[in-house]
Amino acid sequence: MSKQYETVIGLEVHVELATKTKIFCGCSTAFGAAPNTQTCPVCTGMPGSLPVLNRQVLEYAIAVGLATNCDITRYAKFDRKNYFYPDNPQNYQISQLYLPICRNGGVEIETQQGGKKIVGIHEIHMEEDAGKLIHDEWEDCSLVDYNRSGVPLIEIVSEPDMRSAGEVIAYLEKLRQVIQYLGASDCKLQEGSMRADVNLSVREAGAETFGTRTEMKNLNSFKAITRAIEAETERQIDLIEAGESVVQETRRWDDAKGESYAMRSKEDAQDYRYFPDPDLTPISVSEKMLEEIRARQPEFRTEKMARYREEFEIPDYDIEIITGEKPLADLFEAAVALGAQPKKVSNWIMGETLRLMKEREVDASDLCFSPENLAKLIALTDSKQINSSVAKEVFEVMFAENVDPEQYVEEKGLKIAGDEGALRKTIEEVIAANPQSVEDYRNGKEKAIGFLVGQTMKAMKGKADPGAVNKMLRELL
Amino acid sequence: MSNMINDETIEYVGILAKLELSVEEKEQAKADMGRMLDYIDKLGELDTADVEPMSHVFQVENVFREDVVTNGDERERLLINAPQEKDGMFVVPRTFE
Repeated sequence: MSKQYETVIGLEVHVELATKTKIFCGCSTAFGAAPNTQTCPVCTGMPGSLPVLNRQVLEYAIAVGLATNCDITRYAKFDRKNYFYPDNPQNYQISQLYLPICRNGGVEIETQQGGKKIVGIHEIHMEEDAGKLIHDEWEDCSLVDYNRSGVPLIEIVSEPDMRSAGEVIAYLEKLRQVIQYLGASDCKLQEGSMRADVNLSVREAGAETFGTRTEMKNLNSFKAITRAIEAETERQIDLIEAGESVVQETRRWDDAKGESYAMRSKEDAQDYRYFPDPDLTPISVSEKMLEEIRARQPEFRTEKMARYREEFEIPDYDIEIITGEKPLADLFEAAVALGAQPKKVSNWIMGETLRLMKEREVDASDLCFSPENLAKLIALTDSKQINSSVAKEVFEVMFAENVDPEQYVEEKGLKIAGDEGALRKTIEEVIAANPQSVEDYRNGKEKAIGFLVGQTMKAMKGKADPGAVNKMLRELL
Repeated sequence: MSNMINDETIEYVGILAKLELSVEEKEQAKADMGRMLDYIDKLGELDTADVEPMSHVFQVENVFREDVVTNGDERERLLINAPQEKDGMFVVPRTFE
């Protein structure tokens, strides 16, 4: 009979902040520029260059700290973390060890059992990102692009409070939601603007002390995180059951293989020799600064949900889903502000939008169609210029390329034929071609009319209002 | 010299600094570091019970810049000193994670 084990998980989450410039210099952070075109002496570690803190980075870090119930450190500073690696041109990373900007916070998550639980936040600190290494396929060398060097990050370090992959996902979703609401980051795991390292250990159920933990890196999706947690739990239990011990190490997850391997050898000393950065001045957070940031905090999800219940007649379930992701809430509110009926906007989001997002693996923050176009599409159906199946067809194109539905419908000739003469002519033809159904209908078979409506719609290539067809058919018969 | 650096320490510091030292250089470095630590010990003689730990040499705090792009593309100048470049990037020995 095997023993019962408990998994203990803590997370280190790196979030790339949505600033226009880097943390210590005026270089752009725009994504996708040619290599090394967004660099300067500061972010490439040139001797004699002087870093100066971007105020927005500090304000975002404090805003995230306030939103996650942290104490804000009133006297904070930066430290140097020393290590050699080509992606780190200064040979140190500017980070915060001794006086991080936020401490002792926590967020509430829902557990799978339906209960609630607080996941503690040990600290949040500000730091700079490293450059990117590209491994040359053809020659035995690596290439370095420093565009990402100096991009601002916050690292959110949780307490070891999570006990399952489900709790980890709930915690990450909560963080993402709060940070997206703040506009501090888009938090995309796939693109690396949110990165999670998982610290995991197992212990016998009921044990008081923690087991030896490993740190897992390279987790680029919720799916990968879940799989990695399950595999690592199993690996550690197997080791313990076999009488071996877990080695404290950093492991890299290979999602394609579904397994991890140790990244750094034990011989490679990990001694970062932190010391205060003498180039940067200490930060003193005044009451006034705190008040200003507090006053700017946005409407968070709970408040938004309450307001939606007041303002819009849409089901609670819809409210929960729409407010769950900031981009969906923004889309909803913008389309409603343009005059579309809330229930109809909600239906498009809950139905086709979510369906296509799932089918095509699109993140809410990557939705490309505008609220204007969604409102136009709704107006087209409201005024019965297109029927619902055509609307879905147009929406698919809009979802993919944000086309203007009015223009698209016009160009493709998808409008319901308003021309009564054309419709009458088609119906007469259908009646002439289907004497059996006509007779059935006249003998009281109601169903036969459905068939005739269908034939007419087909002949009209879908560009007719089924209600109008039905009415005219009855008249002519 | 009251601080003696042993072989193990100098080996470890060498690894951290990514330096390969010859036997003579190691002996020289041991002596230098010992003297440096002696010098630092001097500071320990001072009574600092009432002195706040200092993190900056000047009495200055909250020096910020606004979040405005001020730098353009200076790639060419950046790469002037690169020993080797390829496709606008620095070439370094192959690195593994």
